[in-house]
Amino acid sequence: MDDLLAEFLTETAESLAELDTALIRLERQPEDGSTLSQIFRLVHTIKGTCGFLGLTRLEQVAHAAENVLGRFRDRSLAPTPAAITAVLAAIDRIKLILAGLEATESEPAGDDTALIADLAAVMEGRCPAATESPEVAAAVGPVGEAPPAPAEPVLAAAAERAEQGEPVVAEGPQPSEAAASAEIAPVAESSVAAQTIRVSVEVLEHLMTLVSELVLARNQLLQLVRTQENSPFAVPLQRLSHITSDLQEGVMKTRMQPIGNAWNKLPRLVRDLARETGKKIELVMLGADTELDRQVLEFIKDPLTHMVRNSADHGLEKPEERRASGKPETGRITLNAYHEGGHIIIEVSDDGRGLNTRRIAEKAVALGLASEAEIAQASEQAIQQFVFRPGFSTAAQVTAVSGRGVGMDVVKTNIEKIGGTIDLRSRQGQGTTITIKIPLTLAIVSALIVEAAGERFAIPQISVVELVRAGGGSETRIERIDRTPVLRLRDRLLPLVRLSTLLHLDSGRENLDSEAFVVVARVGARSFGLIVDRVFDTEEIVVKPVAPILREITLFSGNTILGDGSVIMILDPNGIARAVGVAASTGGESAAVAEVSADGGDGSGKTTLLLFRAGGTEPKAVPLGLVARLEEIERGRIERAGDRALVQYRGQLMPLVPLSGSLDGDGGARCPVLVFSDRGRSVGLAVDEILDVVEDRLDVQLVSDRPGVIGSAVIAGRATEVIDTAYWLRRAFDDWFRYAVATEADRRARLLVVDDSAFFRQMLAPVLAAAGYEVSTVETAEAALRLRDQGRMFDAVISDIEMPGLDGFAFARAVRSDPAWADLPLIALTGRVSEADIARGRDAGFTDYIVKFDRDALVAGIAQALAARRVVEAH
Amino acid sequence: MATLALERQQAAAAASASRSATGADQARDVFVTLTVGGQLCGIPVLVVRDVLGPQMITRIPLAPREVAGSLNLRGRIVTAIDLRTRLGLERADPRRAMSVVVEHQGELYSLLVDQVGEVLHLEPATREDNPPTLDATWRVLSKGVFRLSGQLVVELDVAAVLAI
Repeated sequence: MDDLLAEFLTETAESLAELDTALIRLERQPEDGSTLSQIFRLVHTIKGTCGFLGLTRLEQVAHAAENVLGRFRDRSLAPTPAAITAVLAAIDRIKLILAGLEATESEPAGDDTALIADLAAVMEGRCPAATESPEVAAAVGPVGEAPPAPAEPVLAAAAERAEQGEPVVAEGPQPSEAAASAEIAPVAESSVAAQTIRVSVEVLEHLMTLVSELVLARNQLLQLVRTQENSPFAVPLQRLSHITSDLQEGVMKTRMQPIGNAWNKLPRLVRDLARETGKKIELVMLGADTELDRQVLEFIKDPLTHMVRNSADHGLEKPEERRASGKPETGRITLNAYHEGGHIIIEVSDDGRGLNTRRIAEKAVALGLASEAEIAQASEQAIQQFVFRPGFSTAAQVTAVSGRGVGMDVVKTNIEKIGGTIDLRSRQGQGTTITIKIPLTLAIVSALIVEAAGERFAIPQISVVELVRAGGGSETRIERIDRTPVLRLRDRLLPLVRLSTLLHLDSGRENLDSEAFVVVARVGARSFGLIVDRVFDTEEIVVKPVAPILREITLFSGNTILGDGSVIMILDPNGIARAVGVAASTGGESAAVAEVSADGGDGSGKTTLLLFRAGGTEPKAVPLGLVARLEEIERGRIERAGDRALVQYRGQLMPLVPLSGSLDGDGGARCPVLVFSDRGRSVGLAVDEILDVVEDRLDVQLVSDRPGVIGSAVIAGRATEVIDTAYWLRRAFDDWFRYAVATEADRRARLLVVDDSAFFRQMLAPVLAAAGYEVSTVETAEAALRLRDQGRMFDAVISDIEMPGLDGFAFARAVRSDPAWADLPLIALTGRVSEADIARGRDAGFTDYIVKFDRDALVAGIAQALAARRVVEAH
Repeated sequence: MATLALERQQAAAAASASRSATGADQARDVFVTLTVGGQLCGIPVLVVRDVLGPQMITRIPLAPREVAGSLNLRGRIVTAIDLRTRLGLERADPRRAMSVVVEHQGELYSLLVDQVGEVLHLEPATREDNPPTLDATWRVLSKGVFRLSGQLVVELDVAAVLAI
């Protein structure tokens, strides 16, 4: 392409961008003289250059616009919205023609008479006939997209050509402009604009790479000199070091651009959105001159546009609605950017209606992302995080502007890709604020150097929340729950992973009591701890991508060369979080147990728990409701029969099961025993020491696969194992079976347990809940049928046989006779398993018949029944 | 040191090449020879960037077995590939192996070998296809063999070697 033409295209594109912003400013402040002059000057220049280059179509359109602007300047015409719209339409037409010009090197054919007529009408003070010509829409695609689109390819392509052609172009006064400037009063900005030079991006990239290498070499030299005393190199090297730092800063500055550049299209966008949606919107931009790396700027342009669109389309209410809630009619979208410690923080906030947490929760459940029980437990903040999931849009309709449900997850992914984070805060009725934190530059990153298994690694500083020293002499200890290391950090259990284990560098010697460092990292809303052997300091490192062969290793995001010349890998916190299984979970809370009593309604969610010690010093817990009595039995009274321990208790022989494995306990004369009773039977669990009775939420966070333990929870501020009483009780009567875990597909299946024994209900419910089911319990068959009549639905029903009132058989017959639950798997749990009983059960309508206390058979039976049902449903 | 030796050899080979008909054709037939597992192999000189003595190699956790680690070559990070492992032989001691640095698709790779030999011009006429008795792993990585007085030189397919 002709150099002149390329030059013209680049320059004009820049002018048009300026014009967009300036025209909207003018609309808001019609009296602003300097803006008016700026606008006139820009259009006049465009017209002049077009004429000079023989671009007649452009010249005519520009001329028509210039006429209108001239009237503005003379104050013989007021810049009304209609007039501004017409001028903006002219700008759009110019952009369109430029796009065609850039593609084919000559003006595209087209008819501008309608547009020119409109402008003429406006100039004469009449109303324009139409504000948008069909040509614009047809040529460029969806209406909302038309204005910004043509400018982009022009700017990008022209920049490309400028690189290939003449990389450095000095901008001096243009011949046409010299004539024009004599007419117009000089504007303050023009002198600043003339001091710039246009440089190709490639040249800057190359400079940046060279400087990075220089920094590395400088670091290496410094390291070497440090080891030598009184080296003659020390002083000159110090100077070299300073100069290198300054050079690095200077080159980085060349790539820095004010974020306003990414914002310059937004006023126009907001204006158009406001008109389309019929809302009044004001866009406030603070900190537009905050600078960041050009590469990063490119990355966040689209996400920012998307978020502003969302606010305008969904966040802000229509004027009537705002008036009704006592808000000012004009909704406000605020963009705020500022620097903070090596990062740039960008906030996009609106004072609209905020996120509808209830709708989000409903959508999350509908999409299968969480169970109702999890939602009930989750905080508002946690529920709001769902909007970052793929396919999530609670907009009732998909508008052309937004609501296609592909937005926020893409935004989040893109931002995380460059090492940034995104956070969301919203108050219903008040508005939403989205905060993005991104590193100032991608090339050089602040990283914490750590060591594991003798090898060093780098962790990007932005993900590191804090460093905790554990073990050794410090107060904080790494607690072990079922061989999984866990750290209690201010009342939250932090999942831990050992870095050497993750990287398969383990030598197998894991000594938890020795000193270890835990790097607490945060990825999005999830935190986890990384156990390392040593922590060095934070260094600025140059990130280099890994070789293609190693791209598949998700734990690494790159590698770098340290000051001493050694190559180390850079860890990717996202990859680690995924490996630990932290990233996938929703709220971190496991399924709750919904106890449906005849009155309906659940309590406060707190359970009374009995804390005790049994083998070791860690506390264990059991719901107090299950325990009939606490006794202290003299060890002398414990008798043996075979390999079982028994004690005479209240006229009966009660089996004694040692929870710690041995009945010696602490060696005292008396042995504390938790007595469980149910329908005349008693079993005693012997422990070492009863600690306390507390009231706390039974929130099983880490599920255990060890027999006898349901999982761990934070109870009374300590990591505590919750005992699986069913398992221990069975040990008094039966042999131990393997624990069958429900399959993925059965998770969140809803079970109804019908049993008149409170003890049994309380015992079975947590076991099934920990297996991943959602459990509801009722005391009588009648209560269960009442639920059915209320329209409640479950995936399977488990029922006792021997119950007062309607017994199991009658219940089964009732269930099968009514269509509502007729197809549900119905499992009988009973102490009676003779052939006759099983046959009778089958006749009554039970799907399966399982012995009580055979927990594994029950879980397997449920899984089987649910699977069978799915097969049936599929046909 | 090894670099200088290579350069001298390359210069010599190029000089002898220029004495014959077309220089460009000849460069294609010039190979850097190396020994791995007792077998003499050749890599086209056009892809070779360097020959190195024993280097400090940082191991890369979770990398494929054939990847010995990475090293720092004048500020560039080079991935070290253990050619012995690649060929199904026992691992070499990365700290004692010589390496031939090749460039492939813009990235540098250092192939760890037992020994690096001379730069030779191998006559195309002496080139044959892989003998059918050649071990399966070798066959995948070999483009053919050259008959050299009393020895066979296996021409390594660098792209195949790096397709780990």
